[in-house]
Amino acid sequence: MAVPKVCGIETEYGVVLRGTADSNPVVASSLLINAYVEHRKVGWDFDDESPGRDARGFGRDGSQAPAIETHLVNTVLTNGARYYVDHAHPEYSTPECANALELVVADKAGERILDRSMRAARRLLEPGQEVVVYKNNSDGKGNSYGCHENYLVDRAVPFTALVRNLLPWFVSRQVFTGAGKVGTENGAEEVDFQISSRADFFEEEVGLETTLKRPIVNTRDEPHADPQKYRRLHVIAGDANLCEVSTFLKVGTTSIVLAMVEDGFIGKDLSIVGPVSAVRTVSHDPTCTATISLSEGGTCTAIELQWEFLRLAQKYAEDVGLEMCGGSDVGAIVLARWETTLEALERDPFELDGVLDWVTKLRLLEAYRQRDALDWNDPKLALLDLQYHDVRSERSLYERLVKAGKIERIVDEEEVLNAMTSPPDSTRAYFRGRCLARWPDAVVAANWDSIILDVGSDPLRRIPMLEPLRGSRIHVEQLFNECTSPAELVEALAH
Amino acid sequence: MPEREQKKKPAPKERTEEIAEVDAPVKQGEALKEELDDLLDEIDSVLEVNAEEFVRSYVQKGGE
Repeated sequence: MAVPKVCGIETEYGVVLRGTADSNPVVASSLLINAYVEHRKVGWDFDDESPGRDARGFGRDGSQAPAIETHLVNTVLTNGARYYVDHAHPEYSTPECANALELVVADKAGERILDRSMRAARRLLEPGQEVVVYKNNSDGKGNSYGCHENYLVDRAVPFTALVRNLLPWFVSRQVFTGAGKVGTENGAEEVDFQISSRADFFEEEVGLETTLKRPIVNTRDEPHADPQKYRRLHVIAGDANLCEVSTFLKVGTTSIVLAMVEDGFIGKDLSIVGPVSAVRTVSHDPTCTATISLSEGGTCTAIELQWEFLRLAQKYAEDVGLEMCGGSDVGAIVLARWETTLEALERDPFELDGVLDWVTKLRLLEAYRQRDALDWNDPKLALLDLQYHDVRSERSLYERLVKAGKIERIVDEEEVLNAMTSPPDSTRAYFRGRCLARWPDAVVAANWDSIILDVGSDPLRRIPMLEPLRGSRIHVEQLFNECTSPAELVEALAH
Repeated sequence: MPEREQKKKPAPKERTEEIAEVDAPVKQGEALKEELDDLLDEIDSVLEVNAEEFVRSYVQKGGE
């Protein structure tokens, strides 16, 4: 049975320390986060972390599980987000959101936080030095870093059912989730421009890895919620998006597809032959007309495969409803937008200039190619590609396009700025964020599914938050209004 | 001078309208091109200098 699609996005940003020969990314990332978090940092509680656990039900099979680096900067913000150093990148994990629209706001707020962090870091650096971050997925030299989505999924759903449906889903959704990239990497066959910045890095269909031999479907099994009831699907097959419509569609459509899998609604076999090479086939064709082979026989384009999913989703909305997919209101917007996007992609992808990242980027590159008579291998095009993702508002080409009125926005900037410090109302992130805002000194540690408070007397109190939709504004606002101390809060929660 | 003024007789009405109709999309196209040129000029002004060196020096460690 479908469970509410509580969702979030974790983004690893590319980072450089400019103005020095010694650009250590770990130092640069730490500096960035420390500069932002001027108030006392709240430590992350690692007790619940188990990134080596496998959703397929077995332990490590010789594959490398990621190591947890506890010594690096790691903090929780009053908006319920986690902001930390992961490997050699600053990473921003949005708070849990109840629907795709909320998540667009939370994800965009993350960009603003990184922008603010860079400004704060500038004040701590030598003149001429600067930390700069990019919201992209690779350095163009074969090194990739991720933008991961997370969705709450019913534990009872067999993982094989998820895999079977998600392979064709992740292959085909690239036509609207791609952030675009000049050239190829990681030994992929050369093309001038491709739809996804991540496609070249997928080498397996299913697996636990995230850094080597990346799988299309990742099996990390860390529910960060009641493990008897839930999985948290950890999606690594996505691009870091700047266009709000791209993020909205990416999350909104995937939520519906997951609900359909949970409810056993996808009767048809949409499996494709050779999903790993199909990822590249789709990404390497900006005309969106390349065909992939279906396991049941025949071929189709990524857009045709998307139509299959959309028709099923429309029927699902009629028969079952989209209550579990971020609510029927947001669900209806997702369905409508999904349809018009596929129609436009079929007519002419360039209709989606200013709507989808890869089309917007391609249009910009083509304009430069035409004006300056540039070959595809001209470094200026690679620079445009990189700087499209620059997070500094004054340098970001994406933001330039926004200012020029060339980009469609679907959320209010006022709301985005508010989300830098305030949590979403709809999930347990509200409780986490409010605790931090109200009693920062009493919060000893926090993680996704618990918070540890120092109430002034032994012992420390751990408040479990195993239900992602509990602890929302409706549940606990009154409590925060009534309690004058953390001790009172703990007392009130016990009753 | 008076001779010249005489030559500048207003064209028949239908003709003026015809010209206006043909003119509009051309002007729109030109305006769009101008707008795009302005945008590219603006982007030029914020682009990092020395593209080749800049792109070459952007090296990351893999993540995730």
